[in-house]
Amino acid sequence: MNAETSITRHKISARHVNVFYGDNQAIRDVSIDFDRDVVTALIGPSGCGKSTFLRTLNRMNDTIPTARVEGEIDLDGEDIYAPEMDVVQLRARVGMVFQKPNPFPKSIFENVAYGPRIHGLAANHNQLGEIVERSLKRAGLWDEVKDRLSDSGTALSGGQQQRLCIARAIAVDPEVILMDEPCSALDPIATAKIEELIHELKGRYAIVIVTHNMQQAARVSQRTAFFHLGALVESGTTSDIFTNPRQERTKDYITGRYG
Amino acid sequence: MTEHAPLPGVPAPTDWRGATHQRRMAKRYAAERRFRWLGLAAVLLSAGFLVMLLVSMLAGGLNGFVQTQIALPIDFPAARFAIDPAKLRGPAADLALAAADLTGATDAAAIVAYGPGGETLISDGAWTQVRDQLKADPSLLDKRVRLWVPAADRIDIAAKRDGAPADEAIVAKLTAAHALTTRFNASFLTGSDSTDPTMVGIWGALKGSLFTMLVTLLLAFPVGLFSALYLEEYAPRNRWTDLIEVSINNLAAVPSIIFGLLGLAVFLNTFHLPRSAAIVGGLTLALMTMPVIVIASRNAIKAVPPSIREAAFGIGASPVQVVFHHVLPLAMPGILTGTIIGMARALGETAPLLMIGMRAFITAPPGGLRDPATVLPVQIFLWSDQVNRGFVEKTSAAILVLLVFLLAMNGIAIYLRNRFESRW
Repeated sequence: MNAETSITRHKISARHVNVFYGDNQAIRDVSIDFDRDVVTALIGPSGCGKSTFLRTLNRMNDTIPTARVEGEIDLDGEDIYAPEMDVVQLRARVGMVFQKPNPFPKSIFENVAYGPRIHGLAANHNQLGEIVERSLKRAGLWDEVKDRLSDSGTALSGGQQQRLCIARAIAVDPEVILMDEPCSALDPIATAKIEELIHELKGRYAIVIVTHNMQQAARVSQRTAFFHLGALVESGTTSDIFTNPRQERTKDYITGRYG
Repeated sequence: MTEHAPLPGVPAPTDWRGATHQRRMAKRYAAERRFRWLGLAAVLLSAGFLVMLLVSMLAGGLNGFVQTQIALPIDFPAARFAIDPAKLRGPAADLALAAADLTGATDAAAIVAYGPGGETLISDGAWTQVRDQLKADPSLLDKRVRLWVPAADRIDIAAKRDGAPADEAIVAKLTAAHALTTRFNASFLTGSDSTDPTMVGIWGALKGSLFTMLVTLLLAFPVGLFSALYLEEYAPRNRWTDLIEVSINNLAAVPSIIFGLLGLAVFLNTFHLPRSAAIVGGLTLALMTMPVIVIASRNAIKAVPPSIREAAFGIGASPVQVVFHHVLPLAMPGILTGTIIGMARALGETAPLLMIGMRAFITAPPGGLRDPATVLPVQIFLWSDQVNRGFVEKTSAAILVLLVFLLAMNGIAIYLRNRFESRW
């Protein structure tokens, strides 16, 4: 695979990425591409660095003082770690959904409206209302909350909160959505709803999802990357990884030998 | 249920109904009961002290808000004031009245009414009452009227509580003649310090406290809040910020009189700000209050869950937006609680203000931040030091005013806190 020549074809291209927490190296020389309209799952045992790698894609590691990133990550051919890259705009373009649902302690409306408001995406209140409605509909939450938009977002159930967080992320119209184990705190029914939602969102965004659950990776993703001990062991189409892994370590993990 | 012989090497199953466990359980229940009674006793004891304090304050202090007054018949035409009644209607009234010997006329009227020594039954400041009534109604100059004037403090004490036997007799005689009455002491709320306990007022000290607290709040709150925000949200973690943190924690523990010395050395001697002024008091107390606000604010900011910060950063909020849209509103109730504690401490502070000269005898309420002023706790301290017995109830009354001030201040802060909390 000659990645160097095709770097601009992909939505996100990571080349030789190393991440350090102080002296501790968490990611070792990872090179991988993410494409539009594709859900990519990052799998691997606990502590393998998949969440750390995900957080390098929208520079969320910047908030950790000891974290240091080496290598190059391009979004549409632009190096996101270049000094002229604006982190605020980057995070608007690369949205994120976290492991634990974390709605703001504000109303449901305000939760979704916050992003468009700070980025100036709505000219007036009507337009803002339209964005909120569209985002909530796309996140599959509209019918459940349309009559109580002024209720607190934290009063919703866990699954609803997570869908609210997804609505909040898509309200700023991102190009990429990063999901860090979005279902690990949810029950199976709420998980199924989120997975359905990922299917529906796939056509509009590049989605990168970290998951512990291999069945989930198999269900929602078209491509899968297997991380182990901070290194990218293998990546490819999901069906290849699950049915025909090239590496022994991948096979052992898939078959439940460790993890 | 069949009994099994214990297998060798296998411990017997725990007998939860056995005597050992019954004893353990009894001991546990006893400990629970003891603990509950101890807690209840502690609460009752502190509540008892509080009630005792309030009752003794109210019992001693409420008398300070009323005043014994004596009826004083004055024959104004007989006093032969050389005052032109027309002048009393203009701005020159004060001047015209000052020229007249109102003191002498008032004393003379008292002697006429109550015999030799009558002038000692009325307050030294009784003439001001006469002056004010004349100003209000100049036509009195042509009449013989019966005015109510404040009684001398020994009569006041005898009428309210226990005075000297001679005074008690006078009070009994006056009461029989319906020449004694008790009225609400409006001048206590509008006047300032005086050497005569019947004439003192709390307004001067109250206004001084108000000005001082205003300076303290305007300085300590923003400086403390922004220091806390910077230290928590922006400052890098290194030796310098550690040093600053230790210094702030130490500052919060410095005895208040040291701050008074600092204020004396810096604000008075170096910057030559006016002595005894509210601005210097406010600056000094702000130095003392700021560390408290910084520490409370930092703790409140630290308590904001990191997931909220992540959520805001993740959606593309800038650091300033994260702080002002999410962290600060969530931390505000805690910050306000810290501010209340700091301000309450500053309001009750006496020692540092003594050092910068706010213990002066000041008979007029301050007109501005640079005017000589005193504050409520210092006024209480000064009055409690007076030998004149008339000051005892005034001291208690002043304490009540201080408590009401404190309650009002906390009430506003709690209202603000609840407003911030009910925003979502």
